[in-house]
Amino acid sequence: MILTALTLFLCAAMIGAALFAVLGRSLPIAILAAGLVSLVASILFLVLAAPDVAMTEAAIGSGLTTFLFFFVLSRMRRGEHD
Amino acid sequence: MIKRLIALALLAGLGLLFLGLLLDYRPDTDLNLSARYYAERTAPDIGAANIVTAIVVTYRGLDTLGEVTVLFLSATIVGLVLALGRRREQDPAGLAPVGELLTTGSRLLTPLILLLGAYVFVNGHLTPGGGFQGGAILASGVLLLLLADPLRHFSHGLISAVESLAGVFYVAIGLAGLVWAGGFLDNRILPLGDLGALFSAGAIPAIYSLIGLKVGAEFASMLASLAETQEL
Amino acid sequence: MVDMSLIAMATGFVLILVGLYGALTNRNLLRMIVAFTVADAGVNLVLVSVGYMRGRTAPILDSAVPATEASVRIIDPVPQALVLTAIVIGLGVTALMLAYAYRLYEAKGTLDIAKFSELKW
Repeated sequence: MILTALTLFLCAAMIGAALFAVLGRSLPIAILAAGLVSLVASILFLVLAAPDVAMTEAAIGSGLTTFLFFFVLSRMRRGEHD
Repeated sequence: MIKRLIALALLAGLGLLFLGLLLDYRPDTDLNLSARYYAERTAPDIGAANIVTAIVVTYRGLDTLGEVTVLFLSATIVGLVLALGRRREQDPAGLAPVGELLTTGSRLLTPLILLLGAYVFVNGHLTPGGGFQGGAILASGVLLLLLADPLRHFSHGLISAVESLAGVFYVAIGLAGLVWAGGFLDNRILPLGDLGALFSAGAIPAIYSLIGLKVGAEFASMLASLAETQEL
Repeated sequence: MVDMSLIAMATGFVLILVGLYGALTNRNLLRMIVAFTVADAGVNLVLVSVGYMRGRTAPILDSAVPATEASVRIIDPVPQALVLTAIVIGLGVTALMLAYAYRLYEAKGTLDIAKFSELKW
């Protein structure tokens, strides 16, 4: 019962963050929302009894990917509002 | 406007397909045939406590070799594509100093992060973890060094030497499995030991450590190539 | 009471649709790459939710799940092995896309794909 409620809450948070990432006004907030999607996905993987996948998604999805985006964005500040 | 409507129509069609898949889905109540084989034969044959590790390294080890090759290709192409552009000048004038907190913090945290990464990939056959997770943590340690000192020059020679040697030893262990045990990347060239001990599961700790070093070196080389580009 | 794997699978499908919509309608290159990342997370979620079975636990043999009763206590380990590979390769593809976006910006000075018209008819 409580696990189902937790799953519903996490899925609602994930869909909200995904809509922010795709429709958001400013690019840094979109990148952070994509990192949030990966983080909530890693918690969901743990609830679905997959600890290896949860560790990988947390380290790679919400760590390295978000950093890569911000690194490249910092080199291209003027193209942000095209 | 028309383009947006066409895109929405396409996605509505795809959504209907997904809905059909979702309504037809019945979760299993028992493990299917291959999963039952892996569940029953991992402990006696392979000796690893983490069944996902046993699948990734031995049962489907050739797929892992292919994946490591794909990562190697993408790291090489990133380095090639970015090297054709402008390079960063060695002494940019207007770079702000990084700050005392980050410099001292990185000196304290980087050895701990590297140690955590090594722990995760050495214990891959006992607890959740393994080469890919440990490699990503190693790359995060290199990332912290990059952030604390943006002008630091990373020696590409060292990173590519680590990566190449790890790859060569990985294939060498695979060929040794062909000569001395059942087949390519068979882990029974070393003794199996007790289930749950550190030195168990044959060659799996060695293979996963090499995979962890190789993946960490590839991610670090991607980050170093990006760090040497110039602000446009 | 709906099963957890059904909820997770439905969320994964919605994420794929949202990511594809972002990739089709955005004009800024970096926003398209962010949308691909979201769709990638959705695909991995669908794959992992296929393996879940109610009442069972993770595929690791320790004191809680001894080796003799493994086949009645653990969930399917094969989708997890597949998703492990998929996540790492997703990062490699994202890094490649970002490197190409950097070079395109260096060559043209803009990130708007409507301005890249050399290959158009």
